[in-house]
Amino acid sequence: MGSLKPPNDIRRSDIIFSRILKISGWLLPLLILSIGLFLFENAQPTIKKFGFVFILGTVWDPIHDIFGAGPVIYGTLASSLIAIIIGTPISVAVALLLSEIIPGRLSRSLSFLVEMLAAIPSVVYGLWGIFVLAPWMRSTIEPFLAERFGAIPIFSGPFYGVGLLSAGVILAIMIVPTISSICREIFRNIPNQQREAALALGATKWEAIRLAVLKNSKAGIFGSVTLGLGRALGETLAVTMVIGNRAEISKSIFAPSQTMASLIANEYAEATSQLHLSALIQVGLTLFLVTFVVNGLARVMVWQTTLRKDAQC
Amino acid sequence: MLGVFQRRKILNVLVMGILYGATLLALVPLFSVFYCVVSRGWPAITLDFFTKLPSPVGEVGGGIGNAILGTATLVGMASLVGIPWGIIIGIYLSEYGRGRRATTVRLAVDILGSVPSIIIGLFVYTIMVIPMRGFSAYAGATALAILMVPTIARVTEEIFKLVPNTVRESGLALGLSRWKVILFLVLRGTFSSILTGVMLSVARIIGETAPLLFTALSNSYWQRSLSQPVASVPVQIYNYAISPFDDWHQKAWGGAFLLTVLIFILNLGTRMVSHPFSGRAS
Repeated sequence: MGSLKPPNDIRRSDIIFSRILKISGWLLPLLILSIGLFLFENAQPTIKKFGFVFILGTVWDPIHDIFGAGPVIYGTLASSLIAIIIGTPISVAVALLLSEIIPGRLSRSLSFLVEMLAAIPSVVYGLWGIFVLAPWMRSTIEPFLAERFGAIPIFSGPFYGVGLLSAGVILAIMIVPTISSICREIFRNIPNQQREAALALGATKWEAIRLAVLKNSKAGIFGSVTLGLGRALGETLAVTMVIGNRAEISKSIFAPSQTMASLIANEYAEATSQLHLSALIQVGLTLFLVTFVVNGLARVMVWQTTLRKDAQC
Repeated sequence: MLGVFQRRKILNVLVMGILYGATLLALVPLFSVFYCVVSRGWPAITLDFFTKLPSPVGEVGGGIGNAILGTATLVGMASLVGIPWGIIIGIYLSEYGRGRRATTVRLAVDILGSVPSIIIGLFVYTIMVIPMRGFSAYAGATALAILMVPTIARVTEEIFKLVPNTVRESGLALGLSRWKVILFLVLRGTFSSILTGVMLSVARIIGETAPLLFTALSNSYWQRSLSQPVASVPVQIYNYAISPFDDWHQKAWGGAFLLTVLIFILNLGTRMVSHPFSGRAS
C-alpha cells in the first residue's frame, strides 16, 4: 500500500494473511457456480429425456414417469403475482409513513415490528396459515370475493381455503418487510431540498410526497418490488403448507396449486425412481436460474437509483 | 362544489389515513401470529416438552427433546464454519475490497443471500447426501453454514467501513503489520457490533426448514452420531402441523412458540447492542 517498504517478516505475514482472505472470498463465487453445475449434472436424466418440453409440459405424473414443469411454473408465477399485487401498495405505504410522516423514535419501533415480520420463520407462518389463515379465507374472504366478483373466472369455483390465493396472501405478508425496508432506504436518499421546494410552493404533505418522493424513486420502487418477487418465488415451507399441493393449472385462484419450491419439498421423500429425483432437481435448477435473473435485475435497478442519488447530493 | 383548496386538503387527509391504515394492516398478521403462537403454544410448554422423546402415533404426551437438542447441534456446527467464514469475507471486502475481483465477491455475497434456501438444501443433497448414501447432521449443518455466510459478511463489511481510518493508521504508525492491525485493533474494537450480525444470522437459520428436509431429515430418537439423520425443531413443527392428530398440532404450536420467542429475543438483542462508531462516522 504505502510507498515505504516495511521489513520483510511483516510483509510476508501480511501477504499470507491477504492470501487467506482472498481465497476464502473467492470460494464464494465458486460455490454459486458449483450450485448451478451440480444441479445441472444431477438433472441430466430428465434433461436428456424431455429436453425443452420439460418446461412447457402440462402434466406432472410421477406414477407414469411423465414430468412437465408447466403447472408448477404457473403456480409459482401466479402465487408470486398475487403476493406482489397485494404486497406492493402496502409496502410502499408503510415505507412512506415510516420515512416521511412519523418522526424519530416511534418510526424506529414501528420499523422494528415490520422487520419482525421478516424474522418469523417460514414454518411458523405455515402453521399459522393452516390453522388460522386458511379457515378464515374459506369462511370469509373467498365467499365475499365470489359473491362480488363471481362473474370473473378467477373468482369462481368451490372454496378450499388452501390454494393459490392463500399462498399469495401469506407470501404478501412475507415480502412486505423486504420491499418496505428497501423503499425506505431509497426515500431516505432523496435530498431534503426536493421536499422543501414542493412545500415552499404551497404543496400539501401528500403533494410533496408525490412530487418530490414518489416521482423520483419510481425505478427504485420497481427494483425493490423485483427483489420482493425474488423472495416470493423461492419461498418454500409457508407456501407448501397452504397451497394445497396439487400440480394442476386451474382457472380459479381458490383452487389448490403447487409451486416449484413446494413441489420439491413435498415429493423429495417419495422420489424413489431416478427419473423422478432428477425431475425434482431440474425444477430446482429452473428455480435457481429464475431467482438468479430476477435478483440480478433487481439489484441493477436499485443500485442505479441509489448511485444516481449519491451523485446528486 | 368544493373549492380547489378544500379538495386538496381533503385528499391530503385521505391519503394520510390510507398510509396509517395500510401500516396497521401490515402489522395485523404479526400480532395474529404472536397471539396464536403464545395462546396455543404456551400450554404445550412443559418439562416433558424439553426432555422427552416424541410419543408414538395415538399416544398423548412426550416432547420434542431430541429436536431441541438436534437444532442446537445443527446451529452449533453451522456456526463453527459459517461465522469465521462470514467474518473473513467481510474483512476481505472492507479492507481489500477494491477492484473487479472484490466486486465479484460482493456480488456473490448478494446472490448467495437471495438464493432460495431450498436450493441450498438441494445442492447439499447432491454433494453430500447422495455420495455419503444417507442423511446426516453434517449435511444439515453444511446447508445452514452456507446460509449464514451472506448475513455475517455483509454486517462485518459495513461495520468495518465505519471504523475511522485513523485507527488503522495509528496501528500502522506503531509498526504493526496489517493483519495485526485488522485483527487486534479493528476486529477487537468492533467485536460487539459484529456480534449483532452473528445473532441475526443465527436468528435466520434457527427457523430454517426447507434446507433441512433433504439434508438432516428427521429422527424420532436421540441422535447417536453426527452421520445419522437428526431431528430439528422446525422440521418437527412441519411434520406435526401436516399430521391429523390434535396432540401433535399442539406440539407444533409449542415448537413454534419456542422458535418465535428465541428469534424475537435475538432480534431485540441485536437492537440493544450499540454500534460504537456509527455516531462518529456519519
